[in-house]
Amino acid sequence: MNNVLSKLIELPKKVWRFYYEGFRNQAKWGRQLWLVILIKLFIMFFVLKLFFFPNFLNTKYTNDQERSDYVIDQLTNPKNQLK
Amino acid sequence: MIENFDLSLVDWSRAQFALTAMYHWIFVPLTLGMAFIIAIMETIYVKTNNPEWKKITKFWMTLFGINFAIGVATGIILEFEFGTNWSNYSWFVGDIFGAPLAIEGIMAFFLESTFIAVMFFGWNKVSKRFHLLSTWLVAVGSNLSALWILVANGWMQNPVGMKFNPETARNEMDNFWEVLFSPTAINKFLHTISSAYVLGAVFVIGVSAWYLLKKKEVVFAKKSIVVAAVFGLLTSLFTVMTGDNSAREIVRDQPMKFAAIEGLYNGSRGAGLVALGFMSTTESDEANENMKDFSFKIEIPNMLSYMAYLDGNAFVPGVHDIVNGYTDNNGEVHPPVSVKMEMGRKAIAALKAFKQAKKTNDELGQEEAQKELEANFKYFGYGYFNDPYDTVPPISMSFYSFHIMVGLGMYFILLFVLCLVFIYKESVVNKKWFLRLAIWSIPLAYIASECGWIVAEMGRQPWVIQDLMPTMAAVSNIDSMSVKITFFLFLVVFTGLLIAEIKIMLKQIKIGPNHGGN
Repeated sequence: MNNVLSKLIELPKKVWRFYYEGFRNQAKWGRQLWLVILIKLFIMFFVLKLFFFPNFLNTKYTNDQERSDYVIDQLTNPKNQLK
Repeated sequence: MIENFDLSLVDWSRAQFALTAMYHWIFVPLTLGMAFIIAIMETIYVKTNNPEWKKITKFWMTLFGINFAIGVATGIILEFEFGTNWSNYSWFVGDIFGAPLAIEGIMAFFLESTFIAVMFFGWNKVSKRFHLLSTWLVAVGSNLSALWILVANGWMQNPVGMKFNPETARNEMDNFWEVLFSPTAINKFLHTISSAYVLGAVFVIGVSAWYLLKKKEVVFAKKSIVVAAVFGLLTSLFTVMTGDNSAREIVRDQPMKFAAIEGLYNGSRGAGLVALGFMSTTESDEANENMKDFSFKIEIPNMLSYMAYLDGNAFVPGVHDIVNGYTDNNGEVHPPVSVKMEMGRKAIAALKAFKQAKKTNDELGQEEAQKELEANFKYFGYGYFNDPYDTVPPISMSFYSFHIMVGLGMYFILLFVLCLVFIYKESVVNKKWFLRLAIWSIPLAYIASECGWIVAEMGRQPWVIQDLMPTMAAVSNIDSMSVKITFFLFLVVFTGLLIAEIKIMLKQIKIGPNHGGN
């Protein structure tokens, strides 16, 4: 019983060590890839999502009733889509 | 009604979505295809205990990792676009799109993200068999992710298993299994993933051919070619089978798409298949630039009827038949598009009337409007068109994309067969012309794969949801300038990512399997 318990306690440590050593011992190309991934995620979530891609209905309307009213109006009076 | 839409906004939104989807699809098929090739290679290593196979597995795993890392999360941009540019669509599809995408997120996270770490960091740290299991789970997980995305796409091509709620203007799922096991979704999934396996196989063969051409890593390259060629041959035959099933499903559920990809204007019994054709600049219908004639074609008699209905004398409807109405081989009457347009207008008016009745608490009015809506809902989207020929997709683009895809698919089968023959005869190293051809087949595999998506998405135009919502009604009422700006932003970001992928990959290929690995 004690053996099982100590193994369970050790498990998070082992997992942490597995990832830590994995990242530490990466080849050069692995580090380059992480850099590309981080730059990409920064551009996607902190530039594109924040400044260029707000959720149209969520930012314009506060509840689902207003959102559905708006969409029904758009679908049944498409002239409202004219610029 | 079409004049009421801002077509510049619609066109730019479409262009932006096409750009991001096509760039995303550069990364995805290689991940799907190589994942299984690597799993097979590692299985051979575990079975034989031959270190050469470990070297082979680790090298292809490196290229897989580069592609996976560069491509990861590029699909999320498509979800950004749904919320910003396609809000009417996003609202209208309701939870039908949300449920499969949520399952996809969870599956991708748990299967791919967890086991990909074991795949890369776990050599010599976990047992051989657990490592192998992780590699297989990454392969299965990435393909299951694709399943949910393609189920959602399949629903757009053939909406089933839902009920439209006029109070919320959303489609609500009433049968999950009907959505999941819709023949459109299943055929789409199988055809898409098997074509990705073909691309993965061509990639492995092409890169291995480069080593043989340079007379480097000969044993490694030959072993890699054998695995890839066998895998590629089997999966390309499966791709033909799933494509054939898709054709029969499309002619039933999306006959206009079928007519467009075959360039069939006038339907007939015993219709011939245009194996090769060029469309002329002369327009058969001067008022409609979309309608072109064939200036040259090689036709296989009765083949199209056979492909569509497994009966060489069956009637296959053409563009004009579908526009003007026709009776199919089962005696079912398909009304002219003008009738569908009238029913669509009634459905739109009924939705408007329902909303008015709801506002004034007129229960009888709501009931009548709902009945009218339900009676006409299956042609809801047709109510937005003025001219029946506006429902015809771009014919030249659909026809050429389809024929390029099929032609290249056949070429890949030949390539895999030749690979195996030359390997068997031990002459592959001396066949320089063939090795060069194999290298040049890599971009051809990408062209075929992208053409497949052009067929799927251009062929179903003008619909974003077949018969229910035209693309022009799906867009958000936003400034088209912001869509133009983000189009070019994406172009820069994705091109940058592609250049990074190619550079890092080429560097690793030049380093080779002896000094690379992970």
